[in-house]
Amino acid sequence: MAADTSTREETARDVTPSLPATTYTTRAGRTSRTGRSTLASYGFLGPNLILLGVFLFLPLGWALLISFQESSGFGATGWVGLDNYQRLVSDPTFWQSSLNTAVFTLITVPLSLALGLGLAVLMNSVLPGRKLFRTLIYLPMVISGVATALMGVLLFDESTGIINKLLRESGFPGLPWQSQGTAAFVSIILVTLWIRVGFNMVIYLAGLQGISPELYEAAKLDGATSWQQFRFLTVPLVGPSTFFLLIMDVIYSFQVFDTIFVMTAGGPGRSTSVLVTYAYENGFVTRDQSYAAAIGIVIFLITLIFTAIQWRGNRSRDTAG
Amino acid sequence: MAPSHSVDAPDMSIPTADDGTPDAFVERERQVPRAQRVSAVVRLVVAIVVGLIMMFPLYWMVTLAFSPRTDVFSRDLYLWPSEWTLENFRTIFDGFPTLTWFGNSVIITVIVTFLTVLVNLLAGYAFAKLDFRGKGAIFLLVLSTMMIPVQVLMVAQFRLVAELGIYGTFWAVIFPSAASAFGIFLARQFMIAIPDELIEAAKVDGAGTIRIFLQIVLPLCKPLIAVLVLLTVMYQWNDFAWPLIALKDSELFTLPIGLLYLRGQYGADYGAIMALALISITPIIILFLAFQKYFVQGLARSGIR
Repeated sequence: MAADTSTREETARDVTPSLPATTYTTRAGRTSRTGRSTLASYGFLGPNLILLGVFLFLPLGWALLISFQESSGFGATGWVGLDNYQRLVSDPTFWQSSLNTAVFTLITVPLSLALGLGLAVLMNSVLPGRKLFRTLIYLPMVISGVATALMGVLLFDESTGIINKLLRESGFPGLPWQSQGTAAFVSIILVTLWIRVGFNMVIYLAGLQGISPELYEAAKLDGATSWQQFRFLTVPLVGPSTFFLLIMDVIYSFQVFDTIFVMTAGGPGRSTSVLVTYAYENGFVTRDQSYAAAIGIVIFLITLIFTAIQWRGNRSRDTAG
Repeated sequence: MAPSHSVDAPDMSIPTADDGTPDAFVERERQVPRAQRVSAVVRLVVAIVVGLIMMFPLYWMVTLAFSPRTDVFSRDLYLWPSEWTLENFRTIFDGFPTLTWFGNSVIITVIVTFLTVLVNLLAGYAFAKLDFRGKGAIFLLVLSTMMIPVQVLMVAQFRLVAELGIYGTFWAVIFPSAASAFGIFLARQFMIAIPDELIEAAKVDGAGTIRIFLQIVLPLCKPLIAVLVLLTVMYQWNDFAWPLIALKDSELFTLPIGLLYLRGQYGADYGAIMALALISITPIIILFLAFQKYFVQGLARSGIR
């Protein structure tokens, strides 16, 4: 079924405002009809706009205000200007969390992409039981982050966890998954990859199915090896999927919360603390909500940058293609 | 004149990909050189290893949930419980409001899903088929909400629900969760494919906008509705960060928050924790296995995990 070869494209565009250039001509003779239609339209849009306005836009503006205020329990008052942001600059935990977030992103994103593409190529080839294998790889996507993280907790538990038991059984020392920063970080990365490869594979599979098999036939006739076919046909041709996934994976990695909150709570020490867990900690554990709001605004600004890059990327591709 | 029902609903199926391979290729596989047969074996072995790695954590969750405590706490390696027992399930049902948590999750998920899907279908229709002033700008505005990370809003949303007097109630979870735009794009994209002639014909017959929506558009949108319902159910059932902030009374917890609470109370009783984790993931896994096609295409198209 070749009906859906365009899935890759649509997928990438779903997050882009590619509104068709509709012309809203208000011809004189149609004014009354347009008026009625506008009224009906707002009726259809109303519930959504009210929900978004009250529970998203209002809090967004509010968060900005709070970040300029002083925390005092729940009722923050008193304007302090940029004090909270100045505090951020000189807060070592904030920098540690930023660095951890960046490292986490830099490691998980390329690995997710590579594993996703590798598995997609594998699952797109002739393979007995392909459907079953795919299902197994998709499955972690739909499982709750908390359940997954708790699963990680006992897989990686230093004394009773199965991974250390297996290591010890095979003659290696168990690894300090909870007591040492690097090992804790690695355990979180592994769990994240387990959750995420399925999503990357889905997108890449859709991308692969949009590639015409004749291209590969031609390459084979020219004597291209499998690796050459992969390197010079597959990789460039799934470029749009890669771009889409790159942005999505960066945003997911950047906003990681459930896994770290449940598995390590940022520890040991501050070695796995990331921006979002640090913001949560300030907002709801130490109750320094203004400071938490300031961290939130920083997260927002960084997300905005990635989003802008994505829009630009999509637009240039749209105009090019 | 009733609109013709023979018009096909826009296709929303993603190739299930067991059809992606040209037959000719399979044909040739039978007489391929040895190198290719070796490569086929290697592929299969890799696939099996990957499959085992993906499955193992789930297998281990099930095993621990049904293991006696002595096994769970033992320092020896075991891959199979010494006996299968329901001890852990008794622990969580006797000591914790497990059924209540399950019920809370169901109630919140059902209400959020109903609200979100309804509201997004309405908005999607307006963006797909109605003309009105400011359409482009409003669409951009709605779209931009998808870029706002929850974490930015958590403090302000917390204050908002407190101000509204709903903090700690189901509504504190439900309203902010229902304020989501992701379904609008799927809905708009799907509804654009519905032929305008169908709508025009109904207009000529004197049907109003609401009647057209209910009697002509909605019946054509069954695959869309299925995707939206499944994705929203999955997302809401698993949601953690916001319910963690919005709920305070343990009787009102949802399953993910209950899991965390159980862990806080029982620390290292991994058997009990895994029993509850198993209960919490089973409904979604069943849904996923039953409707895999819809899940996969919905995830692929919306980018929502």
